[in-house]
Amino acid sequence: MGDRPPVLEMRGIRKTFPGVVALDGVDLTLEAGDIHMLLGENGAGKSTLMKILAGAYQKDAGEIRINGSAVEIDGPRAARDLGIRVVYQEFNLVPHLSIAENIFLGELPARWGGFIDWRALADRASALLLDLGMTLDPRALVGSLGLAQRQMVEIAKALNGGDAKILVMDEPTSALTSHEVDHLFALVERLASRGVSIVYITHRLDEVFRIGRRITVMRDGRQVTTTPIEQVDVPELVRLMANRDVSEHFPKTRVARGPELLRVEALSVPGVLSDISFSLHAGEVLGIAGLLGAGRTELARMIAGADLFEDGWLFVDGTRAGLRGPADAIKRGIGLLPEDRKTQGLVPGLTVVRNIALPHGRRLAPFGVLASGCEAEMAAPITRELRVKATPTQPVRLLSGGNQQKVVLGKWLAGDSRIFIFDEPTRGIDVNGKVEIYHLMNRLTARGAAVLMISSELPELMGMSDRILVMHRGRIHAELAGSTATEERVLSAALGLVN
Amino acid sequence: MRSARQFGTLIGLVLLCAALWILTPHFLTVSNLVNVVEQTSINAIVAAGMTFVILSGGIDLSVGSIVALAGVVLGTALQGGQPLPLALTLALAAGTACGLVNGALISWGRLPPFIVTLGTMSIARGAALLFTEGRPVSGFDATFRAIATGRVGFVPAPVIAMAVVYAVAHLVLARTTFGRYVYAIGGNEEATRLSGVAVRFHKTMIYGVSGLMSASAAVLLTARLNSAQPIAGINYELDAIAATVIGGTSLMGGEGTLFGTLVGALIMGVLRNGLNLLGVSSFLQQIVIGAVIVVAVLLDTVLKRKHRM
Repeated sequence: MGDRPPVLEMRGIRKTFPGVVALDGVDLTLEAGDIHMLLGENGAGKSTLMKILAGAYQKDAGEIRINGSAVEIDGPRAARDLGIRVVYQEFNLVPHLSIAENIFLGELPARWGGFIDWRALADRASALLLDLGMTLDPRALVGSLGLAQRQMVEIAKALNGGDAKILVMDEPTSALTSHEVDHLFALVERLASRGVSIVYITHRLDEVFRIGRRITVMRDGRQVTTTPIEQVDVPELVRLMANRDVSEHFPKTRVARGPELLRVEALSVPGVLSDISFSLHAGEVLGIAGLLGAGRTELARMIAGADLFEDGWLFVDGTRAGLRGPADAIKRGIGLLPEDRKTQGLVPGLTVVRNIALPHGRRLAPFGVLASGCEAEMAAPITRELRVKATPTQPVRLLSGGNQQKVVLGKWLAGDSRIFIFDEPTRGIDVNGKVEIYHLMNRLTARGAAVLMISSELPELMGMSDRILVMHRGRIHAELAGSTATEERVLSAALGLVN
Repeated sequence: MRSARQFGTLIGLVLLCAALWILTPHFLTVSNLVNVVEQTSINAIVAAGMTFVILSGGIDLSVGSIVALAGVVLGTALQGGQPLPLALTLALAAGTACGLVNGALISWGRLPPFIVTLGTMSIARGAALLFTEGRPVSGFDATFRAIATGRVGFVPAPVIAMAVVYAVAHLVLARTTFGRYVYAIGGNEEATRLSGVAVRFHKTMIYGVSGLMSASAAVLLTARLNSAQPIAGINYELDAIAATVIGGTSLMGGEGTLFGTLVGALIMGVLRNGLNLLGVSSFLQQIVIGAVIVVAVLLDTVLKRKHRM
């Protein structure tokens, strides 16, 4: 260090989205050849920070310097020209094209008249793959490759053009076997030894200590610490990721636990969920914690009949419920507040009233003919109770996120649902909206309903749940009482550590 | 915003009529206007079914061929001496059945509507040709022909048929759960499914409605021509899609109205009639009509973009 400026300096980076501060003055410094681990819970701001670096988002404030000189990254193209390359979690490859074509897509070597110079393409691809130590046939179709090999192609694609200085990898090992991970790590080490600086986002603490050189922990859009890897250990990292002011107040009211409403027994889906069993009682909020990909949303969708499962049983009120679709679940009193309200919860062009009435067509109109005003009549008390700030005849796409979420909730309040499955109920909602949803959960449990709440916000889970199930790679890894759970215990379990 | 868009289409129709009134004295006469509406009725009825389909986010290319198939079923039954009610029932049933098959393949077979109805378009046309050995079935009695030639006061029977179809279809869209689901499926199929709506069943029914509308149009066409022709209804799908789209229904589904489609069909009818009165060649007419479709949708897109900003 010292005489040469760092490869990358990000200073005081700030980014807000409507209602949320995603990044609040974050610093990140990369030296040449660094393997920099970026850690944090879901929503800590890691991906947002990297998207700003990659030119996908524009920062609101702050400064970015590359090799000491200030730069403006106003788009993906600019980031690429500066030597910044990103390998995203979801692959961006064309399965029907060969490895070579994928790597050089957008800059295929062409002869006169636009005909592809296949020989030049193959030569360049072979040279690149050899250089990266990858034993892949450049003519093979990407569609015929396994996940690990696709990952390699994605990396080769990111690195083509030679002058890559910074490589960002977003949870690159999430789909790989341990043998494949070894390969990937060897490649990462090789790139670093050539002077490429690597930012590596991960949830797996073991990886941090295997290949990391320095580490930055983020929490709630802030940078908690940056330190050489030798100066931390696992408990310290968990504490850094979790620690926060416990002053946040949740309006939780506890209700005496009533009879069992829902029981899940030995629910398994190969590769997704294994042997999930739990029960949910009237008056109870059961929280489900876990990292992205732990299987929480999949579980929620199966209980709500949105996806089907073959192994395992579901009991509602003590009797077996064989769900063949969402309609069956609704009949048994199960209502789903899906993870993504825009794509799964609402019909954006329909009015508030018609969205709320959508699941209740049969009840409103047994013979299919809707009496004049019957939908409005059904929706009125609901919108009043939820304080939806909109006129009943407004299309829901014009509403704010919080009000849209209330409309999705309203769909189930209007019926006789007693088992509410909330998947990230407060995501993208401002503070007031969140508190309103917490109060609603209290009212539901007071009425004898039960709530299954999936959330990536640990304070919310701990503040509102009576019990918390922690999922890790498709299993229930731990069950904690809401009153005794600490963020560190939940996070350790979510990371798969024994506790 | 939806009503603003309808208003725009209506203004377009009024402006078009005003222009023709200035350009030719023959346009604004009662007999010509009645004639225009009568000419429009068949396309308008097919387009009503198309509107259901497009609102739900689909497309139906087979309507023209279903018109031909239902027509020859009707013609053959009548010539075979079947009573009129039975012949009508057979024709409507044939059209509805074609639509239901489309819908079932799209819903349960999970095939794209474009592909399925493209296939049915060819199959139904082929069936109509095979059934009649390629020859028209002509010459029916006056009772049947009255469906097209009859008048109530000065209003031709096809216009009344069209009015009844639109009134019923409007009530179905506005006042029944089925109508709600048409919009909901087109607006967000997954959210509708998660609301417990039997999406596949209702999608099947939507194509059934389109088939039924095509068969209804076939009855009017056969009566008007006094002949059931296996080559009838060619390009009807294009006219129906054009009327729907000019009327402001989004090809993405979920947004639009039947009233808009009716106005869209009238715009096409008035345009054809006016261009004929002005002596514009039929070749040039095609260019004008094509341009009108593109301009109408372009205006729509530009206005919506402005609204979003």
